[in-house]
Amino acid sequence: MSVAKLRIYRGDAEGGQEVEYDVPIEEGMVVLDAIHFVQANYDGDIAVRWNCKAAKCGSCSAEINGMPKLTCKTRLDTLPLDKPITVHPLKTFPIMKDLVTDVSWNYEVRKKIPPFKYAKDTDWKMQQVDVERSQEFRKCIECYLCQDVCHVLRNHNKKNEFFGPRMMIKIAELEMHPLDIEDRKEMLREAAGVGYCNITKCCTEVCPEEIHITDNAIIPLKERVADTYFDPLQWVMKKIKGS
Amino acid sequence: MANGTAQSSITLRTDTWWVLPLVTAIVLATFGAYSTWRAFANVDFLVQPYLSPFYSPYILASWWPFSPALLILWAPLGFRATCYYYRKAYYRSFFMAPPGCAVKPMAKAGNYEGETKFPFIIQNIHRYFFYAAAVVLFFLWVDAFHALWFEDGFGIGVGTIVLFVNVILLSMYSLSCHSFRHLVGGRFDVFSKCPTRFRLWEKVSKWNENHAMWAWLSLFSVALADLYIFLLAKGVITDLRII
Ligand code: SF4
Ligand code: SF4
Ligand code: FES
Ligand code: FES
Repeated sequence: MSVAKLRIYRGDAEGGQEVEYDVPIEEGMVVLDAIHFVQANYDGDIAVRWNCKAAKCGSCSAEINGMPKLTCKTRLDTLPLDKPITVHPLKTFPIMKDLVTDVSWNYEVRKKIPPFKYAKDTDWKMQQVDVERSQEFRKCIECYLCQDVCHVLRNHNKKNEFFGPRMMIKIAELEMHPLDIEDRKEMLREAAGVGYCNITKCCTEVCPEEIHITDNAIIPLKERVADTYFDPLQWVMKKIKGS
Repeated sequence: MANGTAQSSITLRTDTWWVLPLVTAIVLATFGAYSTWRAFANVDFLVQPYLSPFYSPYILASWWPFSPALLILWAPLGFRATCYYYRKAYYRSFFMAPPGCAVKPMAKAGNYEGETKFPFIIQNIHRYFFYAAAVVLFFLWVDAFHALWFEDGFGIGVGTIVLFVNVILLSMYSLSCHSFRHLVGGRFDVFSKCPTRFRLWEKVSKWNENHAMWAWLSLFSVALADLYIFLLAKGVITDLRII
């Protein structure tokens, strides 16, 4: 039976290092299985967060060979097995223990987004074409891989200036909703910091739900902000129409 | 650093992430050098009935002492420089912000303003470059049709085909633009009330999925069309008349 070498990061806020484990490869094995093998056979105290093992709960995010991925969705046979496989915790969030990080910052930021607001006399019938765009964003499983990979948060730690790609799709979901009447453009430009995104698309590359985060959410939001703040022609048009 | 020293290297990625930004940088730099040389050259751009796309529309202005190409090229150049796709390409390959996903950017941690400050805040006026480039595109279509009329009347030469292929690719590049996608319909939340706009938006969205491909193909075609006319003018090749 062939064996994979797993180098798992073991440590906490104080520091740590990679520890190497040999894992016998089985057909269809994913990285999370390999971690569970390590837990069962070598180090029972290895900390790893998971729930569904079906790429739907978003708990098992880690960095496999340096790329943010779901450990339950990454098959060993998609990785080069002649070299050790590194498994590290998400870099962008504070480490708690081993592969578990504290992602609570995301929940705090989420609260800052003004919720869905509807008019008093709302007719609740909606057409599919009108809600389709928002529905793409509802596929999000909140794995925060996009938040992790985004260089604005990851390398520049602009957590006070930029909400991150996951929150951009949340804002897009609400802004594009046919019945929502809240205007989040000022917040987008100021507090949410959409201008910090330089559309280098890493969030889209890592999203396990294959949401077109940049093309369908961030760029359209940047365009909406441009309508309001950077387009003199639109101002004139609005003045003429009297709105 | 949240995860101790384990992630202080440039990246933990083991794949060839650097190939794409490197190739992009080489191709863009080559195009930049070639087009700068040709734009300043002010010779070998017209071989009846073919006019190089770098010199279209051909402006004869006695008050302008430099190459007439410089009067026009700011428009397509600005269009490409502020294009959402090219932004990704050059932020990654020239500014290394970041060069690859989960790869350390060149700028010092925290030393990043994205598109919130001058000069990159200018990217927000991309739509105005779209308008300007559309005017140039109109003239390129005129040139392509002009290339059907030889001294002895109607005809088709290889040059005619070259100019038509180029203007079609350039049109697809413009028609798949993110700003155009926004302007034709993306800015509306209720599509069912404007079915024509919805159909247009759907079409542009489809083209937009391949915007990067149109960006590259049209970049090559515009350079090759100019090169073809340059080589004709120099007498290195002769134009083949098909009809
Ligand atoms: S495209 Fe924008 S939001 Fe997404 S990872 Fe890049 S900078 Fe972050
Ligand atoms: S957008 Fe994609 S990558 Fe980001 S949290 Fe949601 S599912 Fe995860
Ligand atoms: S365990 Fe639920 S997404 Fe991986
Ligand atoms: S031309 Fe690329 S986004 Fe407009």
